[in-house]
This record gives sequence, structure tokens and C-alpha cells, in this order.
Amino acid sequence: MQETAPKSKNLIEGATGSWEVIVGLEVHAQVASNSKLFSGASTGFGAEPNSHVSLVDAAMPGMLPVINAECIAQAVRTGLGLNAQINLKSVFDRKNYFYPDLPQGYQISQYKQPIVGEGEIEIDVDGETMKVGIERLHLEQDAGKSVHDQHPEYSYVDLNRSGVALMEIVSRPDMRSAKQAQAYVTKLRTILRYLGTSDGDMEKGNLRADVNVSVRKPGDKLGTRCEIKNVNSIRFIGQAIETEARRQIDIIEGGGKIDQETRLFDPGKGETRSMRSKEEAHDYRYFPDPDLLPLELTMEFVGELEKSLPELPDAKKQRFMREFGLSDYDANVLVAERESADYFENVAKGRDGKLAANWVINELFGRLNKEGKGIEASPVSAQQLGAVVDLITSGTISGKIAKDLFEIVWSEGGDPAEIVEKRGLKQVTDTGAIEKAVDEIIAANPDKVEQAKAKPSMLGWFVGQVMKGTGGKANPAAVNEILKAKLGL
Amino acid sequence: MSELTKLTLAEARDKLRSKEVSATELTQAFIDAIDASNAEINAYVLTTPELALQQAKESDKRLQSGSTRPLEGLPLGNKDLYCTEGVRTTACSKILGDFTPTYESTVGANLWNAGAVMLGKLNCDEFAMGSSNETSAFGPVVSPWRRKKDGKLTTDKLVPGGSSGGSSAAVSADLCLAATATDTGGSIRQPAALTGTVGIKPTYGRCSRWGIVAFASSLDQAGPIAKTVRDAAIMLRAMASHDKKDSTSVDTPVPDYEASLTQGLKGLRVGVPKEYRVEGMSKEIDKLWQEGIAWLKAAGATIHDISLPHTKYALPAYYIVAPAEASSNLARYDGVRYGLRVPGKDLIDTYENTRASGFGKEVRRRILIGTYVLSAGYYDAYYLKAQKVRTLIKRDFDDAWKSVDVVLTPTTPSPAFGFGEKTGDPIAMYLEDIFTVTVNMAGLPGISVPAGLSSEGTPLGLQLIGKPFDEATLFRAAQAIEDAAGRFVVPDRWWEGAGKPEAKRKTGSKSK
Repeated sequence: MQETAPKSKNLIEGATGSWEVIVGLEVHAQVASNSKLFSGASTGFGAEPNSHVSLVDAAMPGMLPVINAECIAQAVRTGLGLNAQINLKSVFDRKNYFYPDLPQGYQISQYKQPIVGEGEIEIDVDGETMKVGIERLHLEQDAGKSVHDQHPEYSYVDLNRSGVALMEIVSRPDMRSAKQAQAYVTKLRTILRYLGTSDGDMEKGNLRADVNVSVRKPGDKLGTRCEIKNVNSIRFIGQAIETEARRQIDIIEGGGKIDQETRLFDPGKGETRSMRSKEEAHDYRYFPDPDLLPLELTMEFVGELEKSLPELPDAKKQRFMREFGLSDYDANVLVAERESADYFENVAKGRDGKLAANWVINELFGRLNKEGKGIEASPVSAQQLGAVVDLITSGTISGKIAKDLFEIVWSEGGDPAEIVEKRGLKQVTDTGAIEKAVDEIIAANPDKVEQAKAKPSMLGWFVGQVMKGTGGKANPAAVNEILKAKLGL
Repeated sequence: MSELTKLTLAEARDKLRSKEVSATELTQAFIDAIDASNAEINAYVLTTPELALQQAKESDKRLQSGSTRPLEGLPLGNKDLYCTEGVRTTACSKILGDFTPTYESTVGANLWNAGAVMLGKLNCDEFAMGSSNETSAFGPVVSPWRRKKDGKLTTDKLVPGGSSGGSSAAVSADLCLAATATDTGGSIRQPAALTGTVGIKPTYGRCSRWGIVAFASSLDQAGPIAKTVRDAAIMLRAMASHDKKDSTSVDTPVPDYEASLTQGLKGLRVGVPKEYRVEGMSKEIDKLWQEGIAWLKAAGATIHDISLPHTKYALPAYYIVAPAEASSNLARYDGVRYGLRVPGKDLIDTYENTRASGFGKEVRRRILIGTYVLSAGYYDAYYLKAQKVRTLIKRDFDDAWKSVDVVLTPTTPSPAFGFGEKTGDPIAMYLEDIFTVTVNMAGLPGISVPAGLSSEGTPLGLQLIGKPFDEATLFRAAQAIEDAAGRFVVPDRWWEGAGKPEAKRKTGSKSK
């Protein structure tokens, strides 16, 4: 193992001093594709048990796997998105073990020669940017699902998932805290979604992680690691790491030693428990699958995919900062989802980027969050929000009116410019009308005029009165100017 | 007994086309012959007479209307390793129970689409693991051939070779015109040699493996066993195809092999590898080999001594690679989804009960060997090394092809043996494959053609090995041997009407 991360500031205090936690992740992401890795069966979620099963998936006698080219393309796209080496030759192996939800008695996976080699991604944690190394990405088949709660004596097997393509993305042990690991998975998921190579939906089990955790005193050599299997939410990844690190520290400080083993995280009890020890580990008897020839890709194939890659979050963030003058924080928020970034860009195009970002982040996201809606379900389209921004920029409406207008568009829809026109929301910039209103206020409040001469900050009171008198439609800048002149301030 | 069953495939084809005989008559003749003989020979583990007659009826219609397909109305036997839609398929193992596929193998479909008629499923060694057909769950197949002692035929039961023993016995006993077979280490060529029939294992990738129960995926190939070289050529043309469902099948055109038979041997360079002169090889095999050389020479070929230096490592390497792949391929027979299940107290117990009672001794032996050689710590020393040997064997042949077009060797080191003679000694049984396994290891085509009789009056075969996808040249050279040696038909048809058929006959149904 190599260490690429800078010395950690994320130390955990134990009875005998500070400890450093070392984390590496194996993320299993379901490949976005219509059919399975080696069969034509559908990958659709939520179907009746055993309704998406081909003869190949059920391992009937004499059936043979055939590589699904789209899954290969998706793995290559992902590799490119992880800034990784694409291996033009890779080999599918058989990983042999017996289990009822593994019909072939082996999983087809890539062992010694994966399709994608080393790469790296950047993550932001607490305002700092760090790199996390990617060791490899390989393709493999998912297994079926054993169902144990349908019959008192028997277990059932659902093979709908059997043969679905997974990408296993293995990181370097570069992370030093639960927070970093969470940021890594979040960033990885963002990249996968940008690429369209996995929906990263953890609730459906389409993204899950095996978490490798070890602890050491800073500067010591790496400790013995434990692997926590199949953690299926980002929150649980954080909890599992913290719980496991604490368990290991307690054992070592109590004079014990860590056994290398596979463990499971129980979110209900907030603990990890042993699944199997190193001695119980399977001998998978890997060997190249003789039913499949080595997978050979051409430079042209990879080149074509590279050309068609979308702009990835890091590049997009830099561009947003550069083109629209956004802050690092705002740009990060906007690029976290490809849909949000696209929405923002549609609003910002040809307009004031910062103003657009404010409206997207504060008004729109705020409102969406409140209602538990995603950007794709926004009742206000980018075009509508853009029109609102235009009305502000042109001085047609004030910022305050704009918020009311946003509310109208959100709940009733319609063209913002027309709404402003019809409902008379236009800002009054006609100085004559404003002067008239100012004169009326001054005439009605001679005492306040006197007070203002002694205390210029009284101007605010006059502005408020004028705005009230004009139904909030007067241009505040013009009101200020006229008032100052008339009051002799 | 009808004389129709004695026809070759080509002769029967001509008689059907000239309407001398109908497909229904021909098919019925075979159904009767099987009924009368199968109890003795045990070549068929399942007959499908209703299906056969239904196919024959369709053929007769087409023969009448002129929309005749290449194999129209020709009755064939189908090795039980080939999955057949709606017809029980067992690989002659108890573990598959009464498994009835919902699909037809690609090679099978090619044959039926070409108009052939399926008479039934042929016996074989369990999962094609054996060289004598004695490992079948349906019992051994009896060769129609008998040894001669002091000028008289004995009644000792001889093996028909294996694993395609049902195929070789059925063809040599006239219980079908030709048969499908498979060859992983010699399972087409050795039984052909032992029964006086012609068997060709085509180049790896020539025939689709889709729908054929797998033994060792990187070595398995489908091919025919037939009465003559011409018949084998007709069969292979119909069986071969590129199949997108088999990633290892190769997209290269299938030539008209029959047309190549008459092209003569002028200029053909024949290699004779010195390494095939193995210790303990009988004088009569050596003599046969020399005769073969002389025949090819007389037909216009030139003879060249060649060396294939890694030949001696082929058999041991084969017995690592083949069991390794088999141990993994047979993992799917776990009692969970289909076939036999012998329940136990828990999952592991169920696996153990099912596989212990479902698999026979030889299959269990090979699963154990295969599991061992793939295990952590042994993989490099066994499997990886065997794969390296394989590369060297391929290289030997690549070198040979620089100076010769085909290689001539004996097919087997000895003639047919009696029941039980080698079952107690796996190594002796494995040595049956000594001349044939190299061809599978190198992925090359190989054909066995009958060339003479042993001192016991039983058939002996010669093997021709060819360049990748050059089956046409093999057929051409094999035809020259057949022309010189003549055909070898069983002299005494002792099996005809010898047994009561009904007791053992099983019928399957098929609806399409």
C-alpha cells in the first residue's frame, strides 16, 4: 500500500494518545444499461421476482455469456471520468463459489486484468481540496437475491439482479476520516451521474460500498484492516467508519490485536460485527472464463467515447467561477448535480451570473428543499426564472417585487413579464410621479422634516413612507435621490 | 430387416431425391431397427419416434414440392449432450434427472432446419467424461463389433469408445445414418476409430457450443460421426455456423466440403511426426500408419518427417485444463433450479447430498482434480503451467504448417477393448486420448478415418490433423485413405432382433 495523502489532521483521541484512521473503499455501482452484462434480459427495477431472467442468467445447461457492448462503453466512460488508465486488453475471470443466488456457481468478474487501471479524483472537505487515488475499476456480474421471509422452511431466490452489470471501483487507502470517505463517495456518485454511467441510487442498491478501515498511531506502519461489507448509504458509511475505528482503537489500547476479517455494519445497533474471519475466507479459484475471449478495445473506440464525454463537475465548477464570477462555494453547490448545473446555466446565459446564482441557490433551491422537490420537478422553469432576473436587471421590478413575482410564477405559472404588466407590478421610475409622492409626504410631516435636518438617518423613514405610498413600485434609488434633494440633505 | 438402414447418408439422400424411397419409409426403417436392436446395443437413451415421423412427413411434403433442404428427410441420432427443445436432455448423468430444455442447441437447430430427422438421444459417457462410454448413468453402450479368436467371433462385449460411444455404435450398427457427437480430448475420433466410422472434430470455433452441455469450454467442439468421409463432409457443412450466442464461434464462411472430396492430393504435403511413435504402441498400429503413408503417397501427396516436440506434455496438461474448466462448468448442477435435488439438513448438506448422488465416480474424480489445480497456491504450478504447455503445443503446429499441409498419425494406440478392462485404472483409460488431445489443446481440426482391422478383426483408424479452418483439406486426404482402405462394416449383424425392445424403451415427446 502506498500513502499519498498528507499527514492527517483528523486524529481520534484514545486513552494512549492520538490515532489516525485509514480508509479505502470498494464501491459497487450498477452500470446504467437496458440489459445485463452477458445476456439480453432487462435490468428494470422493481419487477415481479424472476421476470427478468434469461436462460443465461439462470445458468441453464449449455448457455453461454455474450458481452454487452454498452456495458463496456459505460465502464470506459467511467474510467475516463476518473482520469484513469483504460486497458485496451482486459480479461473476464470466473470467481467460483456456491450460493443459491449464484446460478452458475461462479461470478464472472475481472481479476488480474481489469478494464480500467489507475486514476484519481479530487474531493473538497472543509474547504480543502485533496486527491483520492483510484486503484482500478472492473466489471462484474451481480448475484441474485435470496429471500428468507416468505416461507417457514424454505428460502426463495429472485434472479432479476442475477447478471446485472456492476462496476467495482477500488480506491487507494487515501482517506483519513469518515468525512473524507463520505466526500469521496459523494463525488464519485456525482461523476457517475454526470457521465450517465450509473444512477448511483443507493436506495435501490445501485450503489453500495465495502469499507476498509484500519487505525494506527500517526507515523506508524499501516494496521490490520477490517472490511465492512455492503454499506448502502453515505450516512451509514460515515457511521460505520467511526464505529469501526473506535472499536479497533479500544481493542488495541486494551492490549488486543485486530484480526483481519469481514464485518457487517448494523445501523440499528450502531455497531459492526464479524461476518467471517480470514481463515473462513473463500478460495475463489479464479481463472480466465473460457467462454469469453479476452476483451480487446481499439484506441479509436476509446477516442470516440472520450470525445463524447460531457463536461465533468470539476471542469464545470472552474468554468462557472471563470465565466460567471461565482464564488467557490456557489459553484460547488451548483455543480453537485448535473441537472442543477444545467438549470443554472440556462438561467445565467446572457445574464448577470452572480444574480442568477443567487436566485437559483437562494430562492429556487430554498423553495425546492422546503417542498422536498428535485430540480427536475421544479414548477418554475429556467426560462421563467431567467425572465424574472431580466425584469430585475432592467429595473422594471424591484428585488422585493421579484420575490412576490417568483411566488406567483411558482404557484400559478405564466410568463413573468406578462404578469408584471397585467398586475401592475412595474417599478415607478417616472420622477414626476415620485416627486409628487415625496412632496405629499413632506407637506404632511413638517415635524419629521425638521428632525431629519438634525439627524440625516431619518431619511429611511421618508423612503419607507414613499414606498408605502407607491405600493412598493417606486424605484428606491430614485426615491432616495429626490428625497435628499428636497430635504436638503 | 430393412436394407434401407445400411445406406450411407449420401446414398439415402439420392434415393429420397429420386423418390425411390420416402422420408417416412426411411425413418420408419430406422425406428424399427432401433426397436429391434437398442436393448442389445444401448446406443439410444431416449427415442423420439413421433417427432421423427412428424419431421419425416414434413420432409416428404418438401421433397414432393421441390423445396428440398440439404439434409431433407435424413434420420440422425443426437448425442444426449445436445439440448433438445421439449425432449429430455441429461448428458447421461443422474444429476440432470428429467431435465427438459426449452431450447434447441444451435448445431441441432442447424440440422433440423436443414431438413434432418431426429430419431432420439444417444448415449455417452457422463458429461462426456470417459473413453469407453462406461461412465454413462444409462449403462454402457455395446459395440456392434466383436473380437475374432481363432477365426471365430467371440461374444465378449467390446466398448464403442467414448465419450461419443452411443454415436459411434449407432452409426456402425445402422441405427441412424449419421450422428452428432462432441470432442473435448478425442471423444469423436477415438470412438470413430474403434467402430470403423468416420469422425471429425472441426476447428475450435467452427461449430457453435451454444446449447451443448459444457465439459471443458476451451476444448469442447461439436462434430459428426458418419459412415463415410462424404457423409461426414455433408454433416459438418450443415452443423457449422457462426453464432453470435457463442463468443468463441468464428465468423468465417462454411465451404462446400463435399465438393472438395474429388480434388485429389497432388502436391499435398503430409507431415509424419516422430513423437507419435510412443512406447508400447502395437506393431499393427505402426503397420497401419505406414500403410496410410503409402496410400497418401500413391494418391499424389509428398511425405515429410516432422517434429512436434511438446507432444509428450499434451496429455498431462490436458488432464489439468479439462478438469479445471469442468469443475467450474459443473458447479451449476447444485440442486437449486433444475435436475436432481437430494434434500439435507441445511444448504451445505443439500449441496453435498445432491452432488454426491448425482455425479458418477469419474465425474467426481475430475471435479476434485479440477478444484485442486485451481486452488490458491497450486494455480501457478498446475493450471498456469498447463496453459503454457498449451501455447507451446500450438507453436509446434504453427511451425509444422510452414512445411506441411496435414499431419498423419494413428487415432488410438490400440483397438477396441472389452468392458471393464480399463475401468479400474484411470491412467490406462486416459492414455486412450494420447494421440487426440493435442488437437484439442491446439484448437485444430482432426479427422479419424477407418484404415484397417486389428489382428482381432476390430477396426483401427488413422487421424489427419489440419490447419485452422482447413477441414476441406482433411476431408480430401481422408477420402484418399477411404478410397484405398475401403469401408469397414460389421461382418455379423448379431444385434438385429436379438432383444425385446419395449422393456427398455423410453419415448420422449416434442411439440414445436
